[in-house]
Amino acid sequence: MSSTKASAPDTKTGYKRFELGQFSFSRDEYFVTVRWPARETQLSHTLPVDAFLRALVRDVAWGFFYGWVNFDAVLGTRNRYGQVELYAGRYNDSYHDSGLDYVETFETPEILATFKAMLADWTNAGFDPFAAPAETGTTVFGKKNGSNTAAIERNRETCRRMPGLPGDASLRSDTNGYPVNRAFADVEQDEPEIHAEPGFENEVHAFNLFKYLSRSDVTWNPSVVSVCRNSLFCPTTEEHILPVIHGNDRVEWFIQVSDQITWQVSDKETGHPRARVVMKPGDVAAMPADIRHQGFSPKRAMLLVWENATSGLPEKYDSGELSPYPIEL
Amino acid sequence: MSEYTTVFGSLERYEKGRVEIINDQARHYAFSNIFEVASQAQPYEKIAVAKNLEYVVEVLRAEGRSDWFTAAHDEFAVVMDGHLELHLVKLGDPASVVSPDTQGSVRLPGAPVGKNMGWMKLGRGHQALLPAGAAYQFLAEQPCVILLQTLKGPLTVEKWADICAG
Repeated sequence: MSSTKASAPDTKTGYKRFELGQFSFSRDEYFVTVRWPARETQLSHTLPVDAFLRALVRDVAWGFFYGWVNFDAVLGTRNRYGQVELYAGRYNDSYHDSGLDYVETFETPEILATFKAMLADWTNAGFDPFAAPAETGTTVFGKKNGSNTAAIERNRETCRRMPGLPGDASLRSDTNGYPVNRAFADVEQDEPEIHAEPGFENEVHAFNLFKYLSRSDVTWNPSVVSVCRNSLFCPTTEEHILPVIHGNDRVEWFIQVSDQITWQVSDKETGHPRARVVMKPGDVAAMPADIRHQGFSPKRAMLLVWENATSGLPEKYDSGELSPYPIEL
Repeated sequence: MSEYTTVFGSLERYEKGRVEIINDQARHYAFSNIFEVASQAQPYEKIAVAKNLEYVVEVLRAEGRSDWFTAAHDEFAVVMDGHLELHLVKLGDPASVVSPDTQGSVRLPGAPVGKNMGWMKLGRGHQALLPAGAAYQFLAEQPCVILLQTLKGPLTVEKWADICAG
């Protein structure tokens, strides 16, 4: 049974303070402050509260995702699949080389419970951390003002085989709460013409993936739309900045479906810049297993993220058994 | 009139992005463009544009009537440009055509033997299931581009140096 350590609400701001192992998290009207022990002292780090909540909600919804979820250049989590490392400065060479970084490992349910409690307490009514900044209010700032449970309890939408098949994930429509996003109002909403012979209605199946994506109510939150053994097509719609800097524990691939996203790619261990990848419609790029990346999307764009969910891959890349680069050129 | 214009690529109109190297090598990103690949492909050549161990994403230029294909596992096709028909036949004895441990799609020597499952008319953005144990055939009156989620198989063409150049 996991327990969350939270203070009483602050008398001035109304927000609780949270402790997780030797870490502590507090927020004020604009910022989150994280504290951790370092040598014989204590260090602290400050993040804007809107950026922090956008990263936090995705880390929770993704179940800590594949590998590293860097909230910024200092703070982040590493998924150990059953356990999660929470770190400050570990993958920042100034902190790490000075011995001022700190890592603590938690059972997944424990860190998840604390992160969820922080999200619930710190997300004010009217602020949706999954939305693009232009789509949500600025009520994230200021004193505590209500909550937005519906926004923060979304999970990744995943299918078992393909959405729309009997017993599988639902397709998106006006009637189930997925109107077309303002940035995709020009995307065709037609459906495939399907002529199934009797008895094959459940196997002769197709849907309009672009329509499905045009109705996504979240940004930078991949869903799963097709499962070919451990190969997952995870399309997503992206606007503004990826709120985390994702460090790969395996190779993933990006296929740009619409519009443009620019990726800032850095070294996974140090954070030193390695490349910028400018992706336009139809472009395909590998994201190697030894990098971290953050995307910038000036207009809401459709991106197909392709993942390999085979278990045991992180260990094989860590040990050098597998090359971090998927293609020998 | 929409406030925004969503830009998709096509065989007729695409603009390739780029990799700007700071401290790395461009080959690590295996950067290509599916429309460029399809524009230089033979009809129904299955060209890998992404590979993750045994898994691949292939680009097919659909043009005219394809041979019949099948696989021992599900595959998924996304139409990225154009319109096509997809015909499906439930194989009477799939194991005689493709053994259950075969990876990727295989070409049938002729017309499939089995029950007609039906057909679909697909346009840009439509994603279709190619169920395990079914034979499938594409028919495209005009050149069109398919993205295929599958495993690397005997028909997969890998020509990374060609597609990642430029």
